[in-house]
Amino acid sequence: MIHTLEPILREHPFFQGMPDTYIQLIAGCSMNVRFEAGHVIFREGDPADQFYLIREGLVSLQLVVPHDGLTTVMTVGNGEVLGWSWLFPPYRWHFDARAQQPTHALAFDGKCLRAKCDEDHSLGYEIYKRFMQIVTERLESTRLQLLDMYGNHA
Amino acid sequence: MATMLEQPEVLSAGLVPDPMLPMSYRIQRVRQETDDTFTLELLPEDSGERFSFAPGQFNMLYVFGVGEVPISISSDPDDAPMLKHTTRVVGTVTKAMRKLKHGETIGIRGPFGTHWPVEEAAGRDVVIVAGGIGLAPLRPALYRLMAEREKYRKIVLLYGTRTPEDMLYRHELEQWRGKFDLQIEVTVDRAASSWRGNVGVVTTMIPRAPFDPSNTFAMVCGPEVMMRFTVMELLKRGVVPERTYLSAERNMKCGIGFCGHCQYGPTFVCKDGPVFAFPRIASIIGKSEI
Repeated sequence: MIHTLEPILREHPFFQGMPDTYIQLIAGCSMNVRFEAGHVIFREGDPADQFYLIREGLVSLQLVVPHDGLTTVMTVGNGEVLGWSWLFPPYRWHFDARAQQPTHALAFDGKCLRAKCDEDHSLGYEIYKRFMQIVTERLESTRLQLLDMYGNHA
Repeated sequence: MATMLEQPEVLSAGLVPDPMLPMSYRIQRVRQETDDTFTLELLPEDSGERFSFAPGQFNMLYVFGVGEVPISISSDPDDAPMLKHTTRVVGTVTKAMRKLKHGETIGIRGPFGTHWPVEEAAGRDVVIVAGGIGLAPLRPALYRLMAEREKYRKIVLLYGTRTPEDMLYRHELEQWRGKFDLQIEVTVDRAASSWRGNVGVVTTMIPRAPFDPSNTFAMVCGPEVMMRFTVMELLKRGVVPERTYLSAERNMKCGIGFCGHCQYGPTFVCKDGPVFAFPRIASIIGKSEI
């Protein structure tokens, strides 16, 4: 018996409200993946052709900072989306992504979805508005991080 | 809603305790928590029988000859007469306080102010969101919750700090995590790659934290900006505003609402707070002129 990923997508908050035809289409571009702790999922500068929904685990977004070495700028955990560089030119990753724990995820073929979004702008709208929500939330969090709220400012 | 605890009314020989008169406490230990924070462990010079406090209340600590500062109580309310105060070295008084040694004395006035709604939360989920040194005023609430764990449903602690090295009470949190049914999530603003935990602001953990928002009491303490964004996330998740509490910080001086130094809109933080239900301060929180 073949199990599709449609039920998982339908229940995931990220795809809430997505029309069923699109769920079927997106499920066709997705697959289950598993990463061991320490595995580098993608590297800064590499082509960004995929994105991931983390089902269980923790992934660090990292970059090398002169004098500080490899630095984690944020982590992505259960239920969260990893990767949006596949949506915007030049379609290259801006950070390294490393599994901090054994991580189960759904991987989506971004290149394939991008082409489908170009063909069907309603699908594109459904995808882009969901990613814009994530971009907005992460921008807000980054601004709070930049405030250095817990620092000793006295 | 949080209420001010009744102060003991009468001492022996009919004396009414003077809230402006410091009690003498002796330093048992000064524990360095992080680079810039430390905990004073204190015992009263008398029996300390008349001192009890509720989680969330604060004391005025007087370094003789230097000055007095308000510091929340961070010890176990059931561990009286031992008092613990965790604070950061930020000014003249706390600098002098940091230099105190075992056996020296310090003045204590208090306890003052309102408390966390620990009793009111019985039968429900409890989510505690702490930022930086904001964990200190919440620790007595955690002690009380752990002491009566069976009274509560899920208990979740979301704790954000600047770096892994800035984490308070690390050993105790690890013990609690292992011993009690308590979900603890720690996140830091920045970390080297050796850190295996979460990186990001504490608000990002709220959407996926395991609690039932319609049946939850939330207790929040940290920098004011962090508390504002935390409350927004909690309300977005569906937590009821009347069950969302936060601890405000202002320049408390007298501790009893006389001097006006800690006026916060129509309230005085020292006697109407520091713990407020969110609706009470919703219209003034974040206003730069208040």
